Amino acid sequence: MNRQKMMKISVEQLNLFYGQNQVLKNVSLEVYEKEILGVIGPANAGKSSLLRALNRLYEIDYARISGKIRLDGEDIFDIPINDLRRRVGLIFATPVVLPGTIFKNMSYGLKLHRKIKKQELNDIVADALKAANLWEEVKDRLYESASTLSGGQQQRLCIARTLAMNPEVIMMDEPCSGLDPISTAKIEATMLELKKTYTFILVTNNTKQAARTADRTAFFLAGELIEINKTEKIFTKPDDPRTDDYIRGRFG
Amino acid sequence: MTFRIGPRTSQIIAYIILLLMTIITIIVLFFIIGYVFKNGFAQLSLEFLTDRTREMGKEGGILPSIIGTLFVTVLAVIIATPLGVGSAVYLVEYTRGGLLRRIISFGADCLAGVPSIIFGLFGFIFFVIQLKLGWSILSGSLTLAVMIIPTIIRTSEEAIKAVPLSYREISYSLGGGKLDTIWKVVLPTSLPGILTGVILGIGRAIGETAAVIFTAGSSLGMPTSVFSSTRTLAVHFYILAREGISMEKAYGTATVLIIIILFVNFVAYRLMHRFMERYY
Repeated sequence: MNRQKMMKISVEQLNLFYGQNQVLKNVSLEVYEKEILGVIGPANAGKSSLLRALNRLYEIDYARISGKIRLDGEDIFDIPINDLRRRVGLIFATPVVLPGTIFKNMSYGLKLHRKIKKQELNDIVADALKAANLWEEVKDRLYESASTLSGGQQQRLCIARTLAMNPEVIMMDEPCSGLDPISTAKIEATMLELKKTYTFILVTNNTKQAARTADRTAFFLAGELIEINKTEKIFTKPDDPRTDDYIRGRFG
Repeated sequence: MTFRIGPRTSQIIAYIILLLMTIITIIVLFFIIGYVFKNGFAQLSLEFLTDRTREMGKEGGILPSIIGTLFVTVLAVIIATPLGVGSAVYLVEYTRGGLLRRIISFGADCLAGVPSIIFGLFGFIFFVIQLKLGWSILSGSLTLAVMIIPTIIRTSEEAIKAVPLSYREISYSLGGGKLDTIWKVVLPTSLPGILTGVILGIGRAIGETAAVIFTAGSSLGMPTSVFSSTRTLAVHFYILAREGISMEKAYGTATVLIIIILFVNFVAYRLMHRFMERYY
């Protein structure tokens, strides 16, 4: 297998600005197909901004970027934005369910993209909920308000909602930051299972989580990519001393 | 030795003062409504509600005024709601809280405080004379629409601003466009707030006299189209009482007006409640 083919996303010399404030500095990296790329780093490292650049969500914050981002070799600015955001899903730190039923949450994105028959919609929703390990808990209450779910269930609903869109890449922005250890374990298990089908980018403040789940890990500091390598290497003998300091908690 | 009130006592005193304030407000409200009802209920009869007005209101019923009031109000709300809500959506979703938005919001606030007779004069000069619409239901409702738009803009603006940014982010990240997001997420979520503005608007429009007497006129005939002149209930009441035609009929009219307003509010709140249950 050649490396070129395995490449899912490539980022070249990406800069991102909020007004005068530059939050990503000359970042270049690659994301391989069907891997989990962990992204770690202290606050203001630009981890979330990186995700928001990849699906062009930064545009609603009126931020500016320069540099090249390619998805399957195609410039993301040549892809219709709705397609791009369907293909590159984003899970937020705090689970946000839209007002309405569980089913409505699941079907919202699907209905935006195409006309869809009721039976097909039901199937997609069921499959996505199963894939997110939520089906057993909600199959009898699909038409109840989504806000009645617990925090962990809501986060898995958010994951299922993204899965229903049949994405290629799933980006997670600290998906477990507000969750208890059991919910966290469930989400990590889900992720490891889904890795067979999807590419993941996992931003996390919990370095142990990256160590547990990620194939490769990138360390960001103040908008710069310090180091990206196999997770084992990053966590055992990183090239840059700053990475080592951060992982060992000797940092700011 | 100084006199001190203990924290417990001061809590109780505060509670009593606040309770008294509430009671006073409610008593005044109920007194007014009760007084009108006491004098007006005797007038209510099938004839009063379904008959034409005769002898300038001394005899007969108030059906033309009931129909005229509903016509003028409903038309005003139909005109004002899309304009007001549309402006609010534009202000919140399409301007970045910049100077333009502040100017428009400030303008809307000022307009909301303008006395209704000014709107009446404006409507008379612009709609009645300039646009040659004459004294008509259309002129009246256009004037009322102009009058209630600021209220609808401001309440809708607040309701739309209150929709969490994260809802919008979710919608966008699922591939929704700006319009999808506004239609399917922002507006449904802010509907209760928007409806509050519309209800306030209805309340202002339905009881308005000064703005409609100049624009819808005071004809007692049965309205046949939007170009008919009409005399709304509030105007009818005003004329009956001021000209000393019939105080009994005046109270009867006021009673009907209050009942209609209560009914409209009741229906609106029921609708809102039903919607919330279905949606949340």
